Amino acid sequence: MNAPFQPETLSLDQLAVGTKARVLSIDWAALQEAEGSRLRHFGFDEGMTVETLHLGPFGRDPIAIRVGRMTVAIRRRHAGAVRVLPIQQ
Amino acid sequence: MNPLPLVAVAGSPNAGKSALFNALTGARQKVGNYPGVTVERHSGRLTLEDGRPVELVDLPGAYSLDPASPDEAVTRDVLLGRQAGERQPDALVIVLDASNLDNHLRFALQLIELGLPTVVALNMVDLAKRDGLELDSKVLERELGVPVIETVAVRKRGISDLHAAIDDMLSAPRCGVHPHVKSDLVHVQRRAREIAMAAVISETPVRRWTHRLDAVLLHPVLGPIILALIMFVMFQAVFAWSQVPQDWITAGVAWLSSAVTNDLPPGLFRSLIVDGAIAGVGAVITFLPQILILFFFILLLEGTGYMVRAAFLMDRLMHAVGLSGRAFIPLLSSFACAVPGIMATRTIEDPKDRLTTILVAPLMTCSARLPVYTLIIAAFIPNRQLVWGVGLQGVVMFGLYIAGITGALCAAYVLRRGVLKGSGGGFMMELPKYQWPPVKDVAIGILTRAQIFLKRAGTIILGTTIILWALASIPQAGPGQKQSQVSIAGHIATGIEKVVKPIGFNHDISLALLPAMAAREVAVSSIATVYSLDAGDDAAANRSLLQNLQHRWSLATALAFLAWFVFAPQCISTIAVTRRETNGWKWPLFMVTYLFALAYLAAGATYWIAVAAGLGGT
Repeated sequence: MNAPFQPETLSLDQLAVGTKARVLSIDWAALQEAEGSRLRHFGFDEGMTVETLHLGPFGRDPIAIRVGRMTVAIRRRHAGAVRVLPIQQ
Repeated sequence: MNPLPLVAVAGSPNAGKSALFNALTGARQKVGNYPGVTVERHSGRLTLEDGRPVELVDLPGAYSLDPASPDEAVTRDVLLGRQAGERQPDALVIVLDASNLDNHLRFALQLIELGLPTVVALNMVDLAKRDGLELDSKVLERELGVPVIETVAVRKRGISDLHAAIDDMLSAPRCGVHPHVKSDLVHVQRRAREIAMAAVISETPVRRWTHRLDAVLLHPVLGPIILALIMFVMFQAVFAWSQVPQDWITAGVAWLSSAVTNDLPPGLFRSLIVDGAIAGVGAVITFLPQILILFFFILLLEGTGYMVRAAFLMDRLMHAVGLSGRAFIPLLSSFACAVPGIMATRTIEDPKDRLTTILVAPLMTCSARLPVYTLIIAAFIPNRQLVWGVGLQGVVMFGLYIAGITGALCAAYVLRRGVLKGSGGGFMMELPKYQWPPVKDVAIGILTRAQIFLKRAGTIILGTTIILWALASIPQAGPGQKQSQVSIAGHIATGIEKVVKPIGFNHDISLALLPAMAAREVAVSSIATVYSLDAGDDAAANRSLLQNLQHRWSLATALAFLAWFVFAPQCISTIAVTRRETNGWKWPLFMVTYLFALAYLAAGATYWIAVAAGLGGT
């Protein structure tokens, strides 16, 4: 399966609030080393379910995302490195 | 003598590690810094049942042994026995948040692999239960191969079992520590998830409190409004509640200095004690009530989990000048006093973000500037209504605040593109569950801050005020001479005057700038002193301080003086706390230099423009 070319996939920063999605791939090269480590620490991993919960009031940045049992805030730029497939509800 | 056995408390952020540490050690804690890094070392003492003392150290929260921040690097290095200033722990207490096991177990697995005697505290089991999650600690114990104790640190549940487990660990014969092999994080994470899954007895989905609150507090419109309201209440409290204790301290200092004046024979020594030590330290500790109230709010915001939300709301705006949302509260606190503001920057993970925040914090208009602003505005700005309800004096005061904020934002922008170039980790934070912090934890936090501040007042600030006193008192003026002319300070002032004359400052101001280093509002009293000392020769004696100022200063000079105080780093406490927080003299010196340069330029520009506008005459 060649994830990025599926038309219905999104990058995480495009995922609408209240929508769940499955992580397909993470472009680690687009992130600095510390940023990548932090994403891993938060539990971002292929196959994990994520959900966009809140957007920052100014410029819809940062984004609050539920990953596993944790809620984390990351900037739009970081979320852009995560490719997801929305889960039909 | 053998050092006490050392037990380290480790865990991921938001696992309730500090609450557990407080429950184990009580209020007798020591806070220091690890050498060479700006990471706090919290340690305390625990007495086992048989009376044996044990030293407990609270390691900075970490998500894994592969560090993504300086804090995490210290945690790793202590555990591996590589951290300067710390011996390797003899045993380990791992704290896990029961409702976030799949994440926290990753770090726990890495820690257990080190082979130190280890016990796991499965913390906040009550909150997990509230959220419909029931866990089997026996399964965890079997999978992890170390004892697991259920705890609720904030209610002291499971603490005595933990004592017993620590006792067991220290009594067992020691075996060596395995070298840490950089493990495959993804692999460890997946194993952590398997174990977490196995430990779940039942999980009933419930609507969680945190979600409901976040729907309101992080709402794109309501969120910022509520944040503004909370900040407003906080500032009202800082100024309103501190009034009474500040009056007590002022009265206490006055009583002490008159008592000493009565008991000691007049002379240089009495002057040293009264005018040097008591007056100088007294001026600084007047700010203690404000600092403590501010810290009460900061600790409450931090402890409830709201602080991270505030950072979330403000991140985009702060990001525009190269700061992170985390800088918002420290900078806001600096409106009361830069000292707690700078101390509060510890919550900023990225070192460059943090340093930038520290360097611009003194530009926020702190309460010590108010006496100076109020005096000069009252003397020189006509009390005229611009439009109904808006007076000119108020507008000038507001303008001074705006000038400080604008200065700080511009300085941050420039710093982030110059000396502190390069983006750090950006803004990546966990939004923890909301909870009420235990009163005791907040109390311990406030106590610790008070200790740090008073220690500064007792050492660096006392030392500097004595030096300033000496400069102002030696040599003693003979008959017919003025102390302000004869003393070393007088000569220095004459030197300063040469530098500051172009920006419109006279000898009186030059003389006030030096003692105002102790605290800005001292400028007011030293100008008053100069005028009362010189009172003999002319009609000045009959004039009030306001009239004296109007008589001797031009409007251009007064405005330049105000502009100077917006920027000038005239505060020993701020410089001292910057030295402490950055672990060296490099950054405080940089800060002092760039702020004085800014102050000089701002005052100069103000003066020259005002003179050109015809405001140069007295």
